[in-house]
Amino acid sequence: MTDKTTGTDGAVRTDTPAGEDRPLVELRAAGKSYGNIRALHGVDLTVHPSKVTCVLGDNGAGKSTLIKIISGLHQHTEGEFLVDGEPVRFSTPREALDKGIATVYQDLAVVPLMPVWRNFFLGSEMTKGPWPLRRLDIERMKRTADEELRNMGIVLDDLEQPIGTLSGGQRQCVAIARAVYFGARVLILDEPTAALGVKQSGVVLKYIAMARDRGLGVIFITHNPHHAYMVGDHFNVLRLGTLELSADRSEVSLEELTNHMAGGAELAALKHELAQVRGVDTEELPEDGALRAPTAATPEGKS
Amino acid sequence: MSMAQQAEPAATTPPAPGPEKQKDGRTARRPLALRLLARPEVGVFLGAVAVLVFFLFAAPPVRDGGSMANILYQSSTIGIMALPVALLMIGGEFDLSAGVAVVTSALTASMLSYQLTLNVWVGVVVALLVSLAVGFFNGWMLVRTGLPSFLVTLGTFLILQGVNLAVTKLVTGNVATDSISDMDGFDQAKALFASSFEVGGVQVKITVIWWLVFAALATWVLLRTKYGNWIFAVGGNKESARAVGVPVTFTKISLFMLVGFGAWFVGMHNLFSFNTVQSGEGVGQELIYIAAAVIGGCLLTGGYGSAIGPVFGAFMFGMVQQGIVYAGWNPDWFKAFLGVMLLGAVLINLWVQRTATRR
Repeated sequence: MTDKTTGTDGAVRTDTPAGEDRPLVELRAAGKSYGNIRALHGVDLTVHPSKVTCVLGDNGAGKSTLIKIISGLHQHTEGEFLVDGEPVRFSTPREALDKGIATVYQDLAVVPLMPVWRNFFLGSEMTKGPWPLRRLDIERMKRTADEELRNMGIVLDDLEQPIGTLSGGQRQCVAIARAVYFGARVLILDEPTAALGVKQSGVVLKYIAMARDRGLGVIFITHNPHHAYMVGDHFNVLRLGTLELSADRSEVSLEELTNHMAGGAELAALKHELAQVRGVDTEELPEDGALRAPTAATPEGKS
Repeated sequence: MSMAQQAEPAATTPPAPGPEKQKDGRTARRPLALRLLARPEVGVFLGAVAVLVFFLFAAPPVRDGGSMANILYQSSTIGIMALPVALLMIGGEFDLSAGVAVVTSALTASMLSYQLTLNVWVGVVVALLVSLAVGFFNGWMLVRTGLPSFLVTLGTFLILQGVNLAVTKLVTGNVATDSISDMDGFDQAKALFASSFEVGGVQVKITVIWWLVFAALATWVLLRTKYGNWIFAVGGNKESARAVGVPVTFTKISLFMLVGFGAWFVGMHNLFSFNTVQSGEGVGQELIYIAAAVIGGCLLTGGYGSAIGPVFGAFMFGMVQQGIVYAGWNPDWFKAFLGVMLLGAVLINLWVQRTATRR
């Protein structure tokens, strides 16, 4: 991938009309066990081009396991995993990348001490010259990185600065721009907004929409239903390793989604418990209906 | 232009540009001095100059060309090893067995050639294979077990130390090998590894040239090749590197093998300049190499450093080691100097890391 002949636009545009109904990535009753622990079981998931598929779930619900299977870090132990309708089994992330599946991880998206442009091309460096003297084409890489980042609306003065000096949102955006540039057809975003403030999250959501408009299939992992509902086309809620909800945008409202996410029944039980433990006046706690909307607004405010 | 960060297509975040200007905009370039200091080799360069100037005043004999050649020679024997050790350190690992591996290599070449009466080149080639194998073993163990390099290479260090002594005694009945100076091919090998040449009436050892050639090569590889990019990446953040498709296992193992290569080269130099090898030597040298790399601005935790820095680091060592002698002081002070230099370098590194990652 030293050359941009497999450019994003070309690859995606040609794909879109033919494969509109065929999912890019599909899981059929897929699952994963670590020894005797079943982390994921019977999960169905489809990713279409130009669609954002959201995966929601609490900590430990199996979100990470799910993306690790798709991104090639782990293998599924049950069910089927198809890319372009063909069953696959990735043993390294490289294989997933070669199929056009790129993952942007929440924490391990970049190498903090390396310059922005080196991070941008890490693992797929551009080179020039014959073998013993084959060297990095630094000029071209810097120029391309700058161009691509500007296309995504990220303007940096100095691509030599260590990427660790960028803010969390900018780093996410660089990682997204990188994935888009390297011809990703499927973009997996692992809680891209989890560690970000409100505005930064907005910026990242904007790039998710931008990536979708460029024809990519996006898998957006989050535990914030508000963020998911802003950009999502299809919603999957995971609970204890299984799918609790799989619904299109037309079939579910934000309130229902929030309720599923927060676990309506569990919340009621928690309310009851709180009343016993602290003698909280349950009368003053909001009613079930009112409880739903605000619950999700607060938990994500950890910036 | 730079301030416009996320301001332009701000459909979802209209009020964003205001407060984000200070936080994200990087309009003001940092002052030149600060940017220079953030280069990994600048601190050590200033340190080396300071030490040089100090001894030029404190020890008049240093001003002589011959002494300087001697100092450079001392530096080169440390420096040649400090280079691969530094690359390994940038790659996030270190190798405690590097010191005794030098002796292992020399012993292998020496005993093989002498005991089997072979051309010394056979010994030299086999020694290279053995050294690379030791490096491969270190790297392979590390990658397979996921143990820290401290433990793995401490194990190798002890094994090699024991094997060096025991096998040498077993084979030669002595703690040192027999002189190989009259063997076939000795002169050729000596010309390559341990000869000297004259520059303006001063005898300069060839290792000084090799040292600078290797340093130039290492710098080029580190900054201008894919492999160099990978070294920074596996040291800086192994998981991200793997996730974007960097061959982490290959990079780590090859770095350990590179240290093996360095050990072989220095081992061959020692063998062909002294004709014989003391089997108990080399212990403690590994720390000198690591110290030279750290003083040279390499981050012990990996991901940051240069190949030029350790050149100056090694030069500081050679300078102090010889300078103390030329100044007529008690050479016992050497280690104390070393400690001070090391601590100073570590503090500078710490500061650099904080400056570099500051928002």
